[in-house]
Amino acid sequence: MNRLSILLIIMMSSVSSFADWEVNMPRGVSPTANAAYDLHMLIFYITVVIGIIVFGVMFYSIFHHRKSKGAKPASFHESTTVEIIWTVIPFVILVGMAVPATKTLIMMEDTRDSEITLKVTGYQWMWKYDYVEDNVSFFSKLDNKSNEARQLGSKIDVNKVDNYLLNVDNEVVLPTDTKVRILLTASDVIHAWWVPEITGKKDAIPGYINELWVDIKKPGVYRGQCTELCGKDHGFMPIVVRAVPRQEYVKWVSLNQKNRVADKSE
Amino acid sequence: MSGSYYVPHETKWPFLATLALMIMFIGLANYMNDESTLTLTFTGLGLLLLVIYGWFSYVVRESEGGLYDDQVDMSFRWGMAWFIFSEVMFFAAFFGALYYARELSLPWLAGDGSGVSTNQELWPSFENVWPSNGPANYGGDFIVMKAAGIPALNTIILLISGLTVTWAHHGLKEGKRNQLISGLVATVLLGFIFVGFQAYEYSHAYNDLNLKMTSGIYGSTFYMLTGFHGFHVTLGAIMLTVILFRCIRGHFTNENHFGFEAVAWYWHFVDVVWLGLFVFVYWL
Amino acid sequence: MSTNIDHIKEEHHHQPSGLMRWITTTNHKDIGSLYLWFSLLMFFIGGFMALIIRAELFQPGLQLVVPGFFNQMTTMHALIMIFGALMPAFVGLANWQLPMMIGAPDMALPRLNNWSFWILPFAFAMLISTLFFESGGPAAGWTLYPPLSLQGGNSMPFVIFSLHLLGASSILGAINVIATILNMRAPGMTLMKMPIFVWTWLITAFLLIAAMPVLAGAITMLLTDRFYGTSFFTAAGGGDPVLFQHIFWFFGHPEVYILILPAFGIISTIIPAFSRKKLFGYDSMVYATASIALLSFIVWAHHMFTVGMPLAGEIFFMFTTMLIAVPTGVKVFNWVATMWKGSMTFETPMLFSLAFIILFTIGGFSGLMLAITPADFQYHDTYFVVAHFHYVLVPGAIFAVIAAVYYWLPKWTGKMYNETLGKVHFWMTTVFVNITFFPMHFVGLAGMPRRIPDYAVQFTDFNMIASVGAFGFGLSQLLFVYILFQTLRQPVTAADKSWEGAEGLEWTLPSPAPYHSFDTPPKVD
Ligand code: HEA
Ligand code: HEA
Ligand code: CUA
Ligand SMILES: [Cu+2]
Repeated sequence: MNRLSILLIIMMSSVSSFADWEVNMPRGVSPTANAAYDLHMLIFYITVVIGIIVFGVMFYSIFHHRKSKGAKPASFHESTTVEIIWTVIPFVILVGMAVPATKTLIMMEDTRDSEITLKVTGYQWMWKYDYVEDNVSFFSKLDNKSNEARQLGSKIDVNKVDNYLLNVDNEVVLPTDTKVRILLTASDVIHAWWVPEITGKKDAIPGYINELWVDIKKPGVYRGQCTELCGKDHGFMPIVVRAVPRQEYVKWVSLNQKNRVADKSE
Repeated sequence: MSGSYYVPHETKWPFLATLALMIMFIGLANYMNDESTLTLTFTGLGLLLLVIYGWFSYVVRESEGGLYDDQVDMSFRWGMAWFIFSEVMFFAAFFGALYYARELSLPWLAGDGSGVSTNQELWPSFENVWPSNGPANYGGDFIVMKAAGIPALNTIILLISGLTVTWAHHGLKEGKRNQLISGLVATVLLGFIFVGFQAYEYSHAYNDLNLKMTSGIYGSTFYMLTGFHGFHVTLGAIMLTVILFRCIRGHFTNENHFGFEAVAWYWHFVDVVWLGLFVFVYWL
Repeated sequence: MSTNIDHIKEEHHHQPSGLMRWITTTNHKDIGSLYLWFSLLMFFIGGFMALIIRAELFQPGLQLVVPGFFNQMTTMHALIMIFGALMPAFVGLANWQLPMMIGAPDMALPRLNNWSFWILPFAFAMLISTLFFESGGPAAGWTLYPPLSLQGGNSMPFVIFSLHLLGASSILGAINVIATILNMRAPGMTLMKMPIFVWTWLITAFLLIAAMPVLAGAITMLLTDRFYGTSFFTAAGGGDPVLFQHIFWFFGHPEVYILILPAFGIISTIIPAFSRKKLFGYDSMVYATASIALLSFIVWAHHMFTVGMPLAGEIFFMFTTMLIAVPTGVKVFNWVATMWKGSMTFETPMLFSLAFIILFTIGGFSGLMLAITPADFQYHDTYFVVAHFHYVLVPGAIFAVIAAVYYWLPKWTGKMYNETLGKVHFWMTTVFVNITFFPMHFVGLAGMPRRIPDYAVQFTDFNMIASVGAFGFGLSQLLFVYILFQTLRQPVTAADKSWEGAEGLEWTLPSPAPYHSFDTPPKVD
């Protein structure tokens, strides 16, 4: 019981240091990721408060109403009033959660007015990216270093591999401050595309297209992974997004329109 | 009779039934994997039938020996009722699949609602018209089984069989043996005629209409629903046959005949499912 | 409605002995024991697989197993734990307790009862044997999502048939439970006078009968898609892989409440006993259980928030899911109110029950977080989900089973377990369960996906802690087995009413309870 309260205290007092301690959801660099983070923290705190109250009452009772302290059992065993109260109050709390959650959800699902469309196709076990308007297209898979190190009995110290399992041969490049629509599908089995700092995940389903949007506010490199079990190498199909300012992105596109062609082997 | 609840003693039947089931399923799984013929499966099935025969004969003897009282009878009733409910849920899964395909997946593939990009990017020329074998035209073009022909006839057959079994039940309750036997005979015959028609219908569909299991979602739902139902009709008809023989042997009394009723319930259930099938699979 | 065993007939039969006794038995206590021992065995096998998982995840890089085998372990671990350990444990408890609690001589359909049990060992033999196939066992997760599951090797039809059999066993078992409860109660025991454990099992049985056939339907379609060219789950043929998920979770969500409602019943029995005070709000407990059960049929798609459902669907399933917190909350509050102003003592069953309340609630809270669709886009398929469901399943359901075993053991055997060892078992289990599963919240939030055999190095610390915890937890359960056997070696000393505050018909019987529980139906007023 002490352990529990200590844990709760640690969790509450160290919210700010969560990021470097790797114990919480990243705050994110896009409106959708931010909104998810805010909701997450809101619900978390609400449950912590409810937990403290409920467990508090329970522990009070455990300490004071024990036989060894001479407690005599009371005889009450129902009360319609209290029962109505503790049905209604949680309901009201839930409504309080549902309102912001629904607003956020509507915002997240609105893929209109995007400027760029990126089509992402999941394969066992790599991703294919098509910049629909710009005619750029390439495959992206786990980089060679990680791939060697991950083999059973490779004897390579994975701690020495840069971004072990989170690095790819070809990064996706996206412009910052631009609403990008992402179309997701798959060629064989279901995969899911997830880069926590810029967006929640969505499934890539063979034969169907799902939509997602991102609007990255900060240049940087963001890493993620496939998050739907897709076979033996499900753990080894990472995603790397490099977000760059608009001009740089335009340059990158024109460079790649000439140089890169879709090629499964590379 | 009430006053003594019968607790049966040890029994070997369930264990044997399990063994038979295992043989059957292992055989079937191997067959599906292309690793063996159906010999093992049929061996298992044969054993299962033997076990069922043995088990039920035993129960029938106990029942005829007057070991069961009203309470046991009631337990059997609850048991059968909930078993039928579980069957309803089994069918519900397949009806659900049909509903989903028609109301959701096909419209999406055709670009409705959230399916705009799905249609544009992946299946640009696909339009949603039921019946459909999907955007890739699985199994090639096919012709649909019309509701008006054999299916309508089968509906009538099953409805009549529902009446005949009720008529037989009245015969049983009123001690009119002839009515009982002829009602049952009629029901059994109608049941097997139904199955026969369906078999004919299947062969017609395969040979002349190019409507197969492989004909996309239409073929899948069509054969899954009608096939599963046909299987149940067959079971029901066999059970009715058993009941018929028991009646001929003079088993049930006008007050105590749960075996009869259980099978009659089952038959009505199969009947009702068919009505659902007729409306949603053939008609609409 | 009078119940009386025909003694004359009993003497005509000679009881088979040895193995044949167990194979042919129709006695609810024998069958209950079979279920419970079987469940314990499966718990160890499933737990052993969990240990392989945790050993591989002890540090990044692959050390022990190849990814394909890892996935088989994950899949099998879940199937065995759910269908082999937890559900049979509850059915075993039902077999032992229901007749005693409602004043009946036995279950309503004893032969069927034998069948429900004996299907299990064979079905599991078939399931587990697939691990030794050349192409390996099932590796698509316990959820068996197509198209991945359609890629399975030869194991697939075996796995599906074994699930069919397990489903059949559960349905038959549930039918038996319902028939027993509805038909075999002692005169005077109206529905609203039934012990709460009986109520929760009645509702669970309903869930089983409604949900298991749906699973059977789903996997049958998988089978025809794989072998007979149907296209239920293929877009090109007009189907949809997501259709499987809908049908699966229409079963799957009620299934998780199948795993918790009997646990609620156990906790609602034990808390009053050791608080020496009647259960607070019996009626509302019954209504809450029923509402949870009904709601459980309209929340399924909260497992599929990321499949790209239409917005309206996402909102609907978010709201209905959140609603479940209300009746569940009623239960938690009622337990706390039962303890309030009671006169509590803390024997092992009570300790496990108290831990249940706290840790289950924590699991419920994370469940509520998962229900928030926009946040679930982040949580989904990460270890945060794994943390959630292990909290409700292990310190939830499993703790309840353990509590029930300690609580009723004296009634079953006439022997009392060693209280000190019981407390040691409790503290070890509780400490280790948290060491195992609490860190999973952190790695999950920090972005570690589930179902991966290897992970990025920043997740190392918490994974190490979790793995250590898992082995500690496993060891603690060896202590549990030791306690059980030690108890069985004791002489019969337990009082008929083994606990001061215990209530219910079972405590009016001698300890150990007679072979046929109630020869003559007791009067209940
Ligand atoms: C015993 C099993 C069990 C139980 C009881 C629950 C209970 C709940 N579960 Fe859980 N769940 C699982 C087993 C269980 N779950 C499993 C196995 C999975 C994963 C399957 C897989 O993918 O493999 C899963 C996954 C799962 C998901 C999908 C996550 C994902 O994959 O993205 C979601 C999402 O909504 C969810 C929600 C809930 C909710 C809202 C409850 C609620 O019932 C909880 C209600 C309880 C409380 C809230 C606490 C007590 C209440 C109070 C003290 C009252 C006051 C509280 C408030 C007002 C907040 N669960
Ligand atoms: C009732 C259900 C149940 C129970 C009891 C458990 C119990 C445990 N589970 Fe399980 N688990 C699931 C249901 C359950 N789980 C489900 C549904 C999944 C999802 C699967 C999927 O993704 O498809 C899952 C997935 C799952 C994962 C994620 C795997 C992945 O995503 O790849 C992990 C990882 O740590 C895990 C761990 C554990 C551990 C450590 C225990 C421990 O509590 C087990 C403790 C028991 C023992 C350890 C056995 C006892 C002792 C011995 C065998 C003796 C030897 C011991 C020693 C020498 C120490 N489980
Ligand atoms: Cu692709 Cu997992
Ligand atoms: Cu659920």
